[in-house]
Amino acid sequence: MIDNHILGPVFIHLFTAILQLIAWRKTVTQRYISGIGSFLGVLVAIRLLSKVQDQGILTMNASNWESPFGIVFVADLLSSTLVLITSLAGLAVSLFSSTGINRQRMLYGYFPIFHFLVMGLNGAFLTGDIFNLYVWFEVIIISSFVLMTLGGRKTQLEGAVKYMALNILASTFFLTGIGILYGITGSLNMADLSQKIKLVNNQFLIGITSMFFLLGFGIKSAVFPLYYWLPSSYHTPPSAVAATFGGLLTKVGIYAMLRVFSLIFIPDEFTRNLLMILAVLTIVTGSLGALIKLNIRRLFSYLIVCHIGFMIGGIGMFTKVALMGTVFYLFHDILVKTNMFLIAGLIRQMRGTMDMKSLGGIYAQYPKISLLIALVLFSLVGIPPLSGFWPKVFLFKEAFNISEYAFVAALVLGSFVTLFVIARMWSEVFWKDVPSDVNIEDKYNPMPLARRILLVMPIALLAIATVFIGINAEVVVKLVDQIASQLVDTSSYVEAVLGKQN
Amino acid sequence: MELLLIILIGLLYGAGVYLILRRSMVKLLLGIMFLGTGANILIFLLGGITKGKPPVIDEALKMFQDSYADPIPQALILTAIVISFALTAFAIVLLKRVYALVDSDDLDDLNTPEEEDI
Repeated sequence: MIDNHILGPVFIHLFTAILQLIAWRKTVTQRYISGIGSFLGVLVAIRLLSKVQDQGILTMNASNWESPFGIVFVADLLSSTLVLITSLAGLAVSLFSSTGINRQRMLYGYFPIFHFLVMGLNGAFLTGDIFNLYVWFEVIIISSFVLMTLGGRKTQLEGAVKYMALNILASTFFLTGIGILYGITGSLNMADLSQKIKLVNNQFLIGITSMFFLLGFGIKSAVFPLYYWLPSSYHTPPSAVAATFGGLLTKVGIYAMLRVFSLIFIPDEFTRNLLMILAVLTIVTGSLGALIKLNIRRLFSYLIVCHIGFMIGGIGMFTKVALMGTVFYLFHDILVKTNMFLIAGLIRQMRGTMDMKSLGGIYAQYPKISLLIALVLFSLVGIPPLSGFWPKVFLFKEAFNISEYAFVAALVLGSFVTLFVIARMWSEVFWKDVPSDVNIEDKYNPMPLARRILLVMPIALLAIATVFIGINAEVVVKLVDQIASQLVDTSSYVEAVLGKQN
Repeated sequence: MELLLIILIGLLYGAGVYLILRRSMVKLLLGIMFLGTGANILIFLLGGITKGKPPVIDEALKMFQDSYADPIPQALILTAIVISFALTAFAIVLLKRVYALVDSDDLDDLNTPEEEDI
């Protein structure tokens, strides 16, 4: 089904960014444009998802070039759901930034760049062309470089060097992989590639090419031996920026892996084993790192690494139930990780620090907000009615089914460590009294009500989304079930892009 | 010609990896640039090198199909060059700023302990 509206989520953010460039240095106008643009983005994304659910996979050929030759955009259930969740997280971050980002950063174009970043994310989810995916990745990283360095503090720039070097390296590996793939098959269209790759005689060469993709996406999504850039850079930018990065950027890597390994390189025995080993090691190293960190944002950075392992493990098992777990966890993780960094920003506004040793007394001072935050923390840990619980059920079930006991042990360890560090954080930050030798500078309390609402509302919005997913698990499981079937059996995707095969 | 390009690609990748593994920031930058150029030439080589053939042929001339040059690799490389140009420009400015702030070219000096100002 050809539908030209599937690029709506990309264009909404493009136009928002352009309008904001026109309103350069008018920070108040930019804030309004950003809020409205993000809200429209959510509406368009909801419309796209409902359309895809009604009419099946939608495609669009750029400039009407027929499919294997031109660039094609494809909205299947996975892409459109991810676009919706990204838009939702984008809306929350956009609202939070209107108060959480200082005026100097806005003057230097924080908002336009933020919208270019969200545009890049939506484009990456919707494209059906492997080289176009590379271009969207570049849009994402160049925007993220600017967001990372905006403000120019020393720690920020130091983090940015590590972030930049590793991300450019990842892109180069990805580009090398694309070059070899084009040399072997003569095609860039992912659906076409999935057909042609089966006909190649030298499958060994295909395996090597797939490793280039694994390496590129592995750096981006912070998998075990390649994750070092993440904890040494994510704690440096402002919390709203860190929320976008932590919630969305590593997850694009996971999305790209899901797409490439389900469509083009069906994982063979070696790749599966490799992915399982990487998953286990990612979980173990991520949890060990989380155990020793006392700065909230460094702690969250390691938790990102730890939970990436859960999703990699799901891809490594590559059965329908395991992919259901991975996709469900992906949805949950975007919402919750974005929210965690927003919470870190709120705590920073309340206390002026993010070090657990000098924090305390938030529950006594702000009981209602603390309960809201507790809800998010419960979801992260995976308490039953909330969204973090269901995907783990699938992952455990499938890991037992196909006897991946090392992964089961890693899952238990990862979940337990998450519970432990979150419980410790709760008692240190919320329950403990303020240490006697610390002077707190509360910027949150004296703020006017409107600004306080702008800080708390995004957290509440994402918390509601988490609760909604948890309570409506039946609907979401059905959706995830369909997505996983589309990933295991890609014939419907190929058919939608290339037309009926004879 | 192919052999020459293959050796060149190998050299560029090797030199790029070697320079990235060094501790100096300038060498890191050079390494990234070498790797990017290596990737571009790799695409060029794997797209098939043909000499003096037209890239676009008329539909009526289908019998000449095996003697035309593939235009796609050029388009890909052009895109990749533009992107890597922008990234390199950004990286140079960033590294210059870091050098001014840290007053060192050594990547191991980029570990200022936590400072609490956001």
